Amino acid sequence: MKRSAFGRIWPNATAVVLFVGFVFPVYWMFATAFKPTGDIITEDPVWFPYHATLDHFKKAVHADHFWTLVANSVIVTVSSVLLSLVIALFAAFALARMRFKGRRGLIVTFMLAQMAPWEVMIIAIYMLVRDNDMLDSLVPLTVFYAMMVLPLTILTLRGYVAAVPKELEESAMVDGCTRFQAFVKVIFPLLAPGLMATSLFGFITAWNEFPLVLILNKDIEKQTLPLWLSQFQTAFGDDWGATMAASSLFALPILILFIFLQRKAVSGLTDGAVKG
Amino acid sequence: MSVQTEGTDTAGEPAVRKAGPPAPPRGETRAAKSPAGRRAAAPYLLLLPALLATVVLLGWPLVKNGILSFQNLNPRQLIQHLTEWNGVDNYKEILSGSDFWHVVARSVVFTAANVVLIMLGGTLIGLLLARLGKKMRLLLLVGIVLAWAMPVIAATTVYQWLFAQRFGVVNWVLDKAGWHSMADYNWFGSQFSTFFVVIVLIVWQSIPFVAINLYAATTTIPRELYEAASLDGAGAWKSFTSVTLPFLRPFLYATTFLEVIWVFKSFAQIFALNEGGPDHLTETLPIYAYVEGVGNQHFGMGAAISFLTILVLLAITSYYLRMVLKQEEDEL
Repeated sequence: MKRSAFGRIWPNATAVVLFVGFVFPVYWMFATAFKPTGDIITEDPVWFPYHATLDHFKKAVHADHFWTLVANSVIVTVSSVLLSLVIALFAAFALARMRFKGRRGLIVTFMLAQMAPWEVMIIAIYMLVRDNDMLDSLVPLTVFYAMMVLPLTILTLRGYVAAVPKELEESAMVDGCTRFQAFVKVIFPLLAPGLMATSLFGFITAWNEFPLVLILNKDIEKQTLPLWLSQFQTAFGDDWGATMAASSLFALPILILFIFLQRKAVSGLTDGAVKG
Repeated sequence: MSVQTEGTDTAGEPAVRKAGPPAPPRGETRAAKSPAGRRAAAPYLLLLPALLATVVLLGWPLVKNGILSFQNLNPRQLIQHLTEWNGVDNYKEILSGSDFWHVVARSVVFTAANVVLIMLGGTLIGLLLARLGKKMRLLLLVGIVLAWAMPVIAATTVYQWLFAQRFGVVNWVLDKAGWHSMADYNWFGSQFSTFFVVIVLIVWQSIPFVAINLYAATTTIPRELYEAASLDGAGAWKSFTSVTLPFLRPFLYATTFLEVIWVFKSFAQIFALNEGGPDHLTETLPIYAYVEGVGNQHFGMGAAISFLTILVLLAITSYYLRMVLKQEEDEL
């Protein structure tokens, strides 16, 4: 099909405009973080950090409690993701490979649970956590974050388990493996990309979570980065350089993880299944 | 858990999968000893942790929320651990006041505006992705994936900076474009302009999901359908409406439904940008419940608002929810 010159140019032109529109806020965050204050507070914007400096990053990193907050965020995120992966793996295996009474009902339950409006349940959660004397602790955050991502983790992993050909598992069992060994030796390695893809979602959810930590943890020593970042601008006045440096540091792990894991998750499964 | 699966022997294994739903074990003790009973119990044991978590961490808070909404729970009762029931007073007070209904209307309009923009933009960009050459497609994909991956709270601080009254890029651009009254415009000073920033932020972050999935969906449309359409003399528009659109319809329904839920319950964006201000004018239902319940320490009232919020959300999504559940039941 031949297209006119106009027909060939406008999609590309639109794509470039859209690219700039979508990327600009991300670019501006990093650019501002590296610019000296004189280039930030100007009547005419400086579009590129010509005089790049790390001053703002130093200020953000040396802010009170910064490393405690980083540790808290990492602990809560990693442990909630691992927790939900382990629980989900058992459930997904049962849902994908076994037939039993109540299976449909359970799948529907998890589908509904996936849409739970956590943002409007925070008052009830606050009361429950308070009644158990667990305010200002990382434990409730971890278990609730794990629960937030559990339903989707189960449903996605179920798809990945079902995608592993039954014959692989069966032939392993013919070779003398028990079902558990077959799972560990045959299915689990093939699930690795699935686990990565699913954990990506969990990481993003837990790393970004804001309303629950806002209501549960008033003690700065037990807070996480999103809460700190939302108050950073107020705490530092209109120091946009430091605010953007803090945002950059907070966003960077997720941006890297996203780019890295997305590629791995897509390529892995097909390779493994064919070679297996 | 592992012990249960380990014990399952090879020969009997396929029976579990092929022999329909096995009868639930009657005597638990005897069932655990016999291999058949162990197999029948295996799926339930595997699912037990997930079910327990769901009941304790999701079911319990929901029930607790219902219980709290019938209580008079203010700082005094909270500190002294008093339980004061006040029947449906919380609901009466909320439903008879005009505040709540304003917030409901605002939330519905807010959700509708966002979802329409997200779906329109996402669909158009998805179709554009399908039409672009390889290099340009990769470029655009990288752009939208970056926006998608940007953490919400980082994005809100960036938007505060972009729309800052002094030295913000947006005001500078508007001023240079000839709209000089915008040079020192305070975006967070009025209801409409605050909502404008929130909507730009949410739409910017939500379009990538729709666009990427829609693009993925278009790649599954068989080429033969287009060839058949063009043999029948269909033009570009005709083949779009008769091939592309029907193919994408179920997908569009599903995405719209998800976006309605996500936008309706969005909290961080609105709260972190301006805390529902100015003057409570950008409070949507989740923010309203938080400000009333936690901010003003009327926890019972807050719980009642939360409960009503969930009802509103169910009402908005009920049509599609019913459709999905029915479809799933048929397929499973």
